[in-house]
Amino acid sequence: MADSQNNTNQENQVNNLTQQQIEELAIHCENAELEAYEITKITDDFPQMTYKDAFDIQWEARRRKEARGTKIVGMKMGLTSWAKMAQMGVEHPCYGYLADYFSVPEGGDIKTDELIHPKIEAEIAFVTKAPLKGPGVHIGDVLRATDFIVPAVEVIDSRYKDFKFDLKSVIADNSSSTRFITGGCMAQVDEVDLKTLGVVMEINGEIVATGAGAAVLGHPAASVAMLANMMGERGEEIPAGTFIMTGGITAAVTVNKGDNINVRYQGLGSISARFV
Amino acid sequence: MNQEQILACGDELYQAMVKRETLRPFTERFDDITIEDAYHISLRMVERRVAAGERIIGKKIGVTSKAVQNMLNVHQPDFGYLTDQMAFNQGEEMPISERLIQPKAEGEIAFILKKDLMGPGITNADVLAATECVMPCFEIVDSRIENWQIKIQDTVADNASCGLFVLGDQAVDPRKVDLATCGMVVEKNGQIISTGAGAAALGSPVNCVAWLANTLGSFGIGLKAGEVILSGSLVPLEPVQAGDFMSVSIGGIGNASVRFV
Repeated sequence: MADSQNNTNQENQVNNLTQQQIEELAIHCENAELEAYEITKITDDFPQMTYKDAFDIQWEARRRKEARGTKIVGMKMGLTSWAKMAQMGVEHPCYGYLADYFSVPEGGDIKTDELIHPKIEAEIAFVTKAPLKGPGVHIGDVLRATDFIVPAVEVIDSRYKDFKFDLKSVIADNSSSTRFITGGCMAQVDEVDLKTLGVVMEINGEIVATGAGAAVLGHPAASVAMLANMMGERGEEIPAGTFIMTGGITAAVTVNKGDNINVRYQGLGSISARFV
Repeated sequence: MNQEQILACGDELYQAMVKRETLRPFTERFDDITIEDAYHISLRMVERRVAAGERIIGKKIGVTSKAVQNMLNVHQPDFGYLTDQMAFNQGEEMPISERLIQPKAEGEIAFILKKDLMGPGITNADVLAATECVMPCFEIVDSRIENWQIKIQDTVADNASCGLFVLGDQAVDPRKVDLATCGMVVEKNGQIISTGAGAAALGSPVNCVAWLANTLGSFGIGLKAGEVILSGSLVPLEPVQAGDFMSVSIGGIGNASVRFV
């Protein structure tokens, strides 16, 4: 464990890919996202890739979006449950960014044809009121810096064939981010018990998953702390006013065109949408 | 099955429980065993317990999750009887190595009734109006059938695989909590092993109690004021052994914990 941690730390610092390769892979991954087609995981062709390479690819794709006038509206954490990490065969959570066009209004339509093989997850989102910068950020820092929490549904859509990937490939693919829906009911962090906050996910009126906040790294605020610490390794901070989705409380459930989804949150209302 | 066979099976189950031995599944021995036969067998087993001095204090509902219903290939829950000898208190040592055979823990919401409920025709509103409080609960299920190789008739006959149970130390008015969305977190030896929410049991624990009242009502049996009703697991079953410590937290309701010895 200590050895793999050291390896991870080293791999956070060094590049094995050239700047040109990073730019090409950013275009490769982003085009698959924009045009909704599958690609094979990029570590197949670049086995020497480091975690720094993977995050550089993600940040390059983000820079390209911003250069075209797309606004970055938040961050997301992925692979935050022990079950999900085991299911995907990865050993650590990851993060991604949220672009303005990812946002779908509550009760709105999600255009299934713009996606490859979407799945939905029920999440708790935080909105910050003070900056958070790692290393060393803990749950107490996060709760103090939180303006409010809101429920959210994330639509994930790995660009990798059959949702099969390793951690480096998924990081380069913006952690499978694609769409999100925010609920209209907010709460202060001292008004809710985030660990036992329950969620119930329904597709076409049938209950398909249930869970509680502790499924996210023991407590959803721990996920925000981890985001601050991971971004801190790159010298980046989470600015005040950032919207952060903390990771799936439920398993990710496959959705199809024509499905109606409804997710209920204990004390925080519900979120619905349709896949058209 | 004839009456003689039913009584013999109930007696076998009672002896198996007392001696901590397992039986071959009834469904392998009796091709024609029906669910109704199985309830008569469970009634015989419970009569033996009552004859030995135990007192019936409530009921449990089982087979409430879609996963377990699919496993047993049935689309309805089942029920069993709770006796005073099954009940343990919060944090107390539970002697599973003396009492049980192949125990598994499940987190549930318990209902304590303040009024009788007599089906048919019981709605969720009736259940809520008849409920004094809800409490966090661990049910430790056990099977007197070898290796848990149960079909629905086997578990029904075996008192719905009931073992022992623990009620937490909080009691909450059901009007103060949303029983369908309240979240559950189960920890074993300090590690979070599962989470769920009320809706995992038939859409709501209230639906489970209404089902029980209506099902028993069709046999002329009512739920009584003061009874404890265990409404069904919200998380997957977890095998336990002596030395394990488990706790369950339910959003808006509270905690229950148990030490297995």
